[in-house]
Amino acid sequence: MSGPFASLLVRDLRLAARSGGSAALALAFFALVATLVPLGVGADLKLLSRIAGGVLWVGAVLAALLSLDRLYQGDFDDGSLDLIALSPLSLEQVALAKLLAHWFSTGLPLTLLSPLLALLFGLSGEGTWALFLSLLIGTPAVSAVGAIGASLTLSLKRGGLILPLIILPLLAPAVIFGAGAVTAALDHLPNGALGLLSAFSLAAVLLSPFAAAACVRLNLAG
Amino acid sequence: MFRYANPAVFMRLSGVLLPWVSGAALIALAVGLYLGFHVPPDYQQGMTVTIMFVHVPAAIVAESAYGLIAIASLFSLVWRHPLADTAARAAAPLGAVFTALGLVTGSLWGRPMWGAYWVWDARLTSFLLLLFLYLGYIALWNAIEDEARAARAAAILALVGAINLPIIKFSVDWWNTLHQGESILSGQIASVFLWPLLTMALGYMLLFAALWMIRIRTEIVTRRARNLMQRAA
Amino acid sequence: MTAFLAMGGYGVFIWPAYGVSALALIAMVWQSWAAWRAAKKRLEDLERDRS
Repeated sequence: MSGPFASLLVRDLRLAARSGGSAALALAFFALVATLVPLGVGADLKLLSRIAGGVLWVGAVLAALLSLDRLYQGDFDDGSLDLIALSPLSLEQVALAKLLAHWFSTGLPLTLLSPLLALLFGLSGEGTWALFLSLLIGTPAVSAVGAIGASLTLSLKRGGLILPLIILPLLAPAVIFGAGAVTAALDHLPNGALGLLSAFSLAAVLLSPFAAAACVRLNLAG
Repeated sequence: MFRYANPAVFMRLSGVLLPWVSGAALIALAVGLYLGFHVPPDYQQGMTVTIMFVHVPAAIVAESAYGLIAIASLFSLVWRHPLADTAARAAAPLGAVFTALGLVTGSLWGRPMWGAYWVWDARLTSFLLLLFLYLGYIALWNAIEDEARAARAAAILALVGAINLPIIKFSVDWWNTLHQGESILSGQIASVFLWPLLTMALGYMLLFAALWMIRIRTEIVTRRARNLMQRAA
Repeated sequence: MTAFLAMGGYGVFIWPAYGVSALALIAMVWQSWAAWRAAKKRLEDLERDRS
């Protein structure tokens, strides 16, 4: 990692930690979803443990969404983005740094909280481990696809409303494979979900910086 | 091919083609309907097999339209083809309607088969996601005020969606086998059903082509009017 | 005639399917055509006013 890359990453992480604790907000949202669903569905732990994978995956995706619209917006609004664009870093590297910062400040904390929430659903040890692994592998994809959406809706006044509409369909594979990994653990039937999820995450993280950079370029030029 | 990039050339060309394409569409649809209703009942599905003749063509157009939008977006981003943005934007509402139509007809087809108005069949589920992709695309066009910027953003979204669409379909198929979902359309189609199906599919595609041309022409004319107004001001 | 409408008992599904399809197709044709006519008229009015 070159100097400018690391310093941009650290800067974004510090900003994330400072700005009203976006990590804390995402964690609280995640925990609330995990609380509301049993309230809606009933306390039957057998049922809850079967739906835990899907519910917690959807909850994690939605929680990660919360801080996405500020991924580029803050820097765009105060002109920092123009300055960053002038730095020795390519916009693709900037996009990658921001993606990683988002994951560290949102996806990773969500992953770390998940075993605790799995407890609320009576998920077995194997299921919890599968959930943890799937979130660890899959949340980078959420940040990656989310970053594309954030850069597309940059400079929109009400961009926050369109952002979920744009990226949630694109995240369907992550939810399917992620929750599928939990199902595999519960049924003791290996189904390759984690492998498919890894491929999806890898592809997303590799391609996202190019799409996001193109969008940022678009908005800076205007 | 960039000869057709000139709006005036497109207007002339489409003006000539439109009556023929529309006429052909009407004929194909009429023939398809006639064939469709003279088909023997399927031994498994009875006469509900006739729903296939309006469901599958809608599905075909819905998916092709997205492919066309992706190709147009590629032309817009890479080769800066001036009409490409207009073409992409014009196709989207049509594609969305055909997708919704595919969902409704699929639901009506599923009810007599599986007793439920919605089954999480792999195709219907992919279709639902495709509808959201269309809605997001249309919303993005409408949300960004600057037209040039909206065009490019939408083009990027369309390409990202196009890359992701096969992945989405694969993941939904995988998910379907995992949860042993039902399948509405499976296996081969008996040849007696094939002719009405192909004819209706052709009719639907020709109709889409005609409507697409009309909408692009409308956009070109609207732009001309806007230019006139700006010059007068 | 009633046999045709009943379609072996499935009529209640088949006819709505065809109905909504016809509705959607006609609506698209109508809207596209109406938008075209309106745009054409506007352009013609503007060109007339200029000359």
